[in-house]
Amino acid sequence: MSTTKSEWPLWEIFIRSRQGLDHKHVGSLHAADAQMAIENARDVYTRRMEGVSIWVVESRHIHASNPAEAGALYDPANDKAYRHPTFYDLPDELKHM
Amino acid sequence: MEKNLEEIFQDKIDREIRIEPKDWMPEKYRQTLIRQISQHAHSEIVGMLPEGNWITRAPNLRRKSILLAKVQDEAGHGLYLYSAAETLGISRDEMYEQLHSGKAKYSSIFNYPTLSWADMGAIGWLVDGAAIMNQVPLCRSSFGPYARAMVRVCKEESFHQRQGFEILLTLSKGSEAQRRMAQDAIDRWWWPSVMMFGPKDDESPNSLLSMKWKIKRFSNDELRQKFVDICAEQVKILGLTLPDPDLKWNEERGHYDFGAINWDEFWQVVQGNGPCNKERLGARKKAWEDGAWVREAANAYAEKRKNRQSVNAA
Amino acid sequence: MDTIRLNYILHLADNALILGHRNSEWCGHGPVLEQDIAISNIALDGLGQARNFYQSAATIAGNGATEDSLAYLRDVIDFKNCLLAEVPNGDWAQTILRQFFFSAYQYLLYTKLQQSNDGQLAAIAEKSLKEVSYHLRWSSEWVIRLGDGTEESRTRIGNALEFLWPYTGELCLPAGYELDAASNGYGVDVSSLQSDWHQRVSSVLEEATLAVPETGWMQSGGKQGRHTEHLGYILAEMQYLQRAYPGAEW
Repeated sequence: MSTTKSEWPLWEIFIRSRQGLDHKHVGSLHAADAQMAIENARDVYTRRMEGVSIWVVESRHIHASNPAEAGALYDPANDKAYRHPTFYDLPDELKHM
Repeated sequence: MEKNLEEIFQDKIDREIRIEPKDWMPEKYRQTLIRQISQHAHSEIVGMLPEGNWITRAPNLRRKSILLAKVQDEAGHGLYLYSAAETLGISRDEMYEQLHSGKAKYSSIFNYPTLSWADMGAIGWLVDGAAIMNQVPLCRSSFGPYARAMVRVCKEESFHQRQGFEILLTLSKGSEAQRRMAQDAIDRWWWPSVMMFGPKDDESPNSLLSMKWKIKRFSNDELRQKFVDICAEQVKILGLTLPDPDLKWNEERGHYDFGAINWDEFWQVVQGNGPCNKERLGARKKAWEDGAWVREAANAYAEKRKNRQSVNAA
Repeated sequence: MDTIRLNYILHLADNALILGHRNSEWCGHGPVLEQDIAISNIALDGLGQARNFYQSAATIAGNGATEDSLAYLRDVIDFKNCLLAEVPNGDWAQTILRQFFFSAYQYLLYTKLQQSNDGQLAAIAEKSLKEVSYHLRWSSEWVIRLGDGTEESRTRIGNALEFLWPYTGELCLPAGYELDAASNGYGVDVSSLQSDWHQRVSSVLEEATLAVPETGWMQSGGKQGRHTEHLGYILAEMQYLQRAYPGAEW
């Protein structure tokens, strides 16, 4: 009884707006199953030609990094400037590199 | 520790860094957002009803399609907003429960009746106009999911106001009966629209904190003045009038002066005594209760299918 | 004026309009927000199809006819939609099943109508077919969900089946103008869709664990302007402004 009374699960929706682009998170919605989630996403999030492909993931399956650990996770990348192409000082005559 | 977190939080807000659902936030911030976003979502959903009245009576096929698309958009907007609120740890069902029990409020404007086709014009022009004025600054609200939902809402909302003005413009160029219809609609919707910006600043207790937290960016009175200034000019294009004998350009202030707002009416409608409060809430409850068996059936079927799949896989 | 061709196209237009109108009554009252949006989309598709057909009909009717004069200034006796389109929404089960029966029919109809030697009709059919394919899929899934859902949903869709079944016979029972349209190459002989329709419908009903009803007595007359009592109320509501303010622009 309690399972059928409960709310439809929440799904996160990802849409590819154009061929060649990544799927991007656009929001969420409720649906009883994956098929319905895709159709609901089509009706809710692509009413104005916003998409060519849809991914749906049940929200409870998303694992997120912890914002409290943001420092440890992301700050160490800040001082590795040598990973970026602009770090290197090369003569202007050098083309196509 | 607590104080430290609160300082970090306020510092982020001050530096215009958006707050995301899993970030630490003061409980009051969370509660304020849940209240505001769910109230906003409820307004979209209840707001479907007065206009929905006219979908089956729209005067031609073009208008019928536009109106249906518009009211459907409002369902979409409600959905985006409920989703944004859900990231704060409240379920949509809980929000509905609050709406249905009368605990949660929605915009009072939707407790007024739609009596003629011209009301579709007046709602688009004035009610959506006022809503847009409120909503545009919310696209920069400090809470990320709310701000993102509002970007989407505002993008879609822009056609709503234009179609409303177009309805009034067509009526204003029409027969005497149509002009009368248009003027009457403006007369009825003007003051409730002006009230949509909420109580005066000095009587709006939650405003100060909301401004500090950048949940809202302009005060009620600032937005209200801007709205009046714009409408007072636009109404001239229609060759119609706003029902306010005190409306007058004030050179010194650089704004329009306008007459006293009937705050007694405002609070009466908020408290449930508007012309349509009972009908509106009744319609929402009925839809929800009539739909219960549908939602249960979909759940039951999904459950059965999942079980069958796992049996097949085993 | 080619009256037979006009009647044929009006019949297609009226089907799309009246069903779209019925579906639009759900807007704001759906069982869950996501499905409120879905049924409104289907209603919008119907209105769009109706407008395309009426515009095509208006060029044949001449005499200053427009999509709106055809939709708003004809009376019950002039409307040629199937009875199934005009029956009340009832509960979600009845609306879903009505949509399913209709979509299965329109899917087969538009597929063939793409071959019409009337370029305009072929083009409308091609565009509409994409929409109807989705309606068919959406409504099929809902029929299955309700049939194989809870005891209550099963009872309700069973009641809907009993109520709606007698209105399905008319779909594939051709009127004179349809036979004429088919023999002149611009229309479809709907009797040729009958077995496909029955087979598609049966397979979904079976998946929904519902028994396919015996084909008994069937209601008909809509295509000839003999309607149920419901259409009069639909038109009274829909046409009220055009009737109350003749000639006004909106």
